[in-house]
Amino acid sequence: MKITFTVNNENVEVDVKPNETLLDVLREKLYLTGAKEGCGNGECGACTVIYNGRPVNSCLVLAPEAEGAVIETVEGLTKGNNLHPIQEAFLETNAFQCGYCTPGFIMSTKAMLEKVPNPTKEVIVERLAGNLCRCTGYTVILDAVKLAAQKMGGAE
Amino acid sequence: MKYKYQSPIKFQYVGKPMNRVDGVEKVTGHAKYVTDMFFPNMLYAAVKRSPIPHGIIKKIDTSKAEALAGVRAIVTGKDVPYRQGIYLVDRPIITPDRVRYVGEPVAAVAADTLEIARRAVELIEVEYEELPTVQDPRESMKGEVLIHPDLANYERLPIYNIEPEKNVFHHHKTRKGDVTKGFEEADVIVEGDYSLPQMYHAPLEPHAAISYWEHDGKLTVWSSAQSPFTLRNLIAYAFKLPRHKVRVIAPYVGGGFGGKAGINMEGIVIALSEKVKGRHIKLVYTREEDISTVVRQGMFAHIKTGVKKDGTIVAMEATLIFDGGAYAEYGTNVVRAAGYTLPGPYYVPNLKTDSYGVYTNHFLGGAFRGFGHGELHWATERNLDEVAQTLGIDPLELRLKNVLKPGLTNSMGQTIHHDTGNVEACLKRAAELIEYDKKSEQPENSRKVRGKGIAGLVKAPAMPTNAGSAVIIKFHEDATVTLQASIQEIGQGFNTAVTQMAADALHISPDKIHFVMPVDTDVNPYEWQTVASRALWTVGNALYRAAEDALNQIKNIASQVLGVAPYNLEVEDDRVYVKYRPEKYILLKDIVMGYTYPDGHSIGGPVIGRGSFTPEMLTNLDLETGQGNAAAEWTFGAQAAEVEIDLDTGELKMLQLVGVFDAGTIINPITAGGQVVGGMIQGMGPALFEGVKYNDKGYPLTVSFTDYKIPTIADIPDEIKYDFVQTFEESSPFGAKGVGEHPMISVPPAIASAIYDALGVNVDELPLTADRILKALEKKKNDN
Ligand code: FES
Ligand code: FES
Repeated sequence: MKITFTVNNENVEVDVKPNETLLDVLREKLYLTGAKEGCGNGECGACTVIYNGRPVNSCLVLAPEAEGAVIETVEGLTKGNNLHPIQEAFLETNAFQCGYCTPGFIMSTKAMLEKVPNPTKEVIVERLAGNLCRCTGYTVILDAVKLAAQKMGGAE
Repeated sequence: MKYKYQSPIKFQYVGKPMNRVDGVEKVTGHAKYVTDMFFPNMLYAAVKRSPIPHGIIKKIDTSKAEALAGVRAIVTGKDVPYRQGIYLVDRPIITPDRVRYVGEPVAAVAADTLEIARRAVELIEVEYEELPTVQDPRESMKGEVLIHPDLANYERLPIYNIEPEKNVFHHHKTRKGDVTKGFEEADVIVEGDYSLPQMYHAPLEPHAAISYWEHDGKLTVWSSAQSPFTLRNLIAYAFKLPRHKVRVIAPYVGGGFGGKAGINMEGIVIALSEKVKGRHIKLVYTREEDISTVVRQGMFAHIKTGVKKDGTIVAMEATLIFDGGAYAEYGTNVVRAAGYTLPGPYYVPNLKTDSYGVYTNHFLGGAFRGFGHGELHWATERNLDEVAQTLGIDPLELRLKNVLKPGLTNSMGQTIHHDTGNVEACLKRAAELIEYDKKSEQPENSRKVRGKGIAGLVKAPAMPTNAGSAVIIKFHEDATVTLQASIQEIGQGFNTAVTQMAADALHISPDKIHFVMPVDTDVNPYEWQTVASRALWTVGNALYRAAEDALNQIKNIASQVLGVAPYNLEVEDDRVYVKYRPEKYILLKDIVMGYTYPDGHSIGGPVIGRGSFTPEMLTNLDLETGQGNAAAEWTFGAQAAEVEIDLDTGELKMLQLVGVFDAGTIINPITAGGQVVGGMIQGMGPALFEGVKYNDKGYPLTVSFTDYKIPTIADIPDEIKYDFVQTFEESSPFGAKGVGEHPMISVPPAIASAIYDALGVNVDELPLTADRILKALEKKKNDN
């Protein structure tokens, strides 16, 4: 079946199977490989993208559910050749090691900061608890989120 | 002889924080991992796995799968009658006759789509005759169920002792001094049992490989691998191919932690390639498959320590029994390394250690960050706490009394030197950071109790005596440089650190240096592996030689042009100049492609620096005594913890984690700090909740991130503190050695020690769950 949706401000039409996931479509059909498959089961957050303004595990979204949706992936964050402030914040705080979880964390952060521009540590922890990172021990990711909030105009 | 070491390198960039060079690729999502690679006309592979823990394969029927449209190749063990293994060649690529754990590969399919490949796998029918299983390595040593009846005939390195009738794939022995005499001299003897289950690496990127076999015989494999060259070597060995016909390309690795060292699942997809030449085949493991691929070994230990009343250790006797799972392979050396490092960073004059690696019907236990040292320190550090309790001495004081110091010998009989590292300073600094001299402040009116604990640690790279590294430095027309060192960027930040090191070795700025990615065995210089926390040390040495080689070439050309002896020339920044007349110089860009005189004639040629290194002065250990020079350099450390425990629920909250390490020169405080914090949280997982579980028949129960929990952002301690002691390591011109693995090692004993401080109970089994803590409290109540 054919579905159409918006990804990173572009309209796309793709041929999908009903049991395919949005993550498969993004990665294998559109070659947007920023979102990663860490578990395929909704347990790790590596596949996080923004779906109609909400962060979702794209491995749990069936392709037909993307019909008409507005999807944002990490590839959509850079404007021209400029990094997004969240990307800058992750870069400046070295908030990654292997980097496999990073696009997922960045998209979860974006979705959070759009709703809560100046989150407390408790809010950050709650919103990012579904994103696993085996490398960093998370402290730098907390720093990155706080810096991103500042850069995007949240108080402090 | 008066001796004073001076580094030949002036540090300008080394030691300073520098942001990671792989950052932009990683925050944009552009960094490419094997999972992100696609080739035109690519096929997808899936693996048929054993549903039972132990049995004989009676029959495999692939006919239905073959009939499925879109299936391009099917392989079973009969197609690849080869075994593989880095130290002990005991592991089939696909088992032909016998399965030894749930999840073992028995067949594989390549098809046009992943969906077809998976459907075909379901259509493969396998008949088994079930065999009795063995779960506990102590039981396994009775030899009632033999897991590898053929073990005696497997090839292995001669540094391993097998005991085939006991399922033992390696028995390491340390015999130092006279333990019988030592125990006679002891005032007090304290013994105990300590254990931990298998643990899963859980990299966010699962194992993944793509294979392409051309009709002309050239095989190319893209793999998420920590060891491209060792992988090439093992592939070539298993498939009986010349090395130059095998090419391994390894892009960014999405987390390794030892689980992607050596060879893992690559052989399966290569076997399929052999049948479908000229097409790329991709195999990416699911999370469930990944968990069954390789884990850290479980362990049961018994430690007996004899001490004088004042706390001086006079003797120790230790038995470590490792649950090596169904295949040993890499794990043989885990057993050996744990055996030879025991008793950790302390001086024990009379020592007897037996470390056994034992087969069971569990997942295979291989390399894992810490390489046996998390396991051995769990046992020895716990035992030392119990010694301190018995003597009524403070645990820190007991440790400080017995630390290894220059002039003393370690377990292998190696003498500690002034530059070996300073565990005493690490322990003292860790105590300072956690304010060990002050008791925890107890929350008022609460059923919660707090306590602090501390533990020491040490680890050397566990590697063959000839684990070499090589580096190539190429200058370009504008005097910028590309640097090739075949260490994998697995997240540790090597690319960044080596850029800083190269900048100081070449006297040019880091922005003129590009580290070449990915590692490609056809193009790159040799490197043994990205393991063992050894890269800064071995590559540091090779890099220094390569830089000197390049600088000498530059000076030799300049010497002819300027008419000055090469030793009177110096390279700095953009030029080579006369040391005593700095105004006389040639720009590097005019010399690194050779120098051209005004009349057109040229001398010299493109500058390429080459440097090789192999660990110096190492020897194998004596198989009967474990004495010898097996460790090249040691990183010492100390860790501390503060916890809060709910007396009613047994629930534990981490208040503080502290780590202090003597890793010599810290090249980059940012990446070193990243290793420390990340490693400590990875060590907290198995301390508090991680562990692979099986039912009593050997069927795994932890097959996803729901059953196998790893720490999330919600689990981290309120405070994490760390510091470095920097004793210059003189066997490297940079004075640097590894710190990648160490932060994981003594987190569990530090936490257990804190639990004792809070509650007065010892929990000697990992993980330290609420359940176990409550049981220990219960027992204490009943004993009183
Ligand atoms: S891949 Fe989607 S949550 Fe793990
Ligand atoms: S950086 Fe490796 S998983 Fe987060």
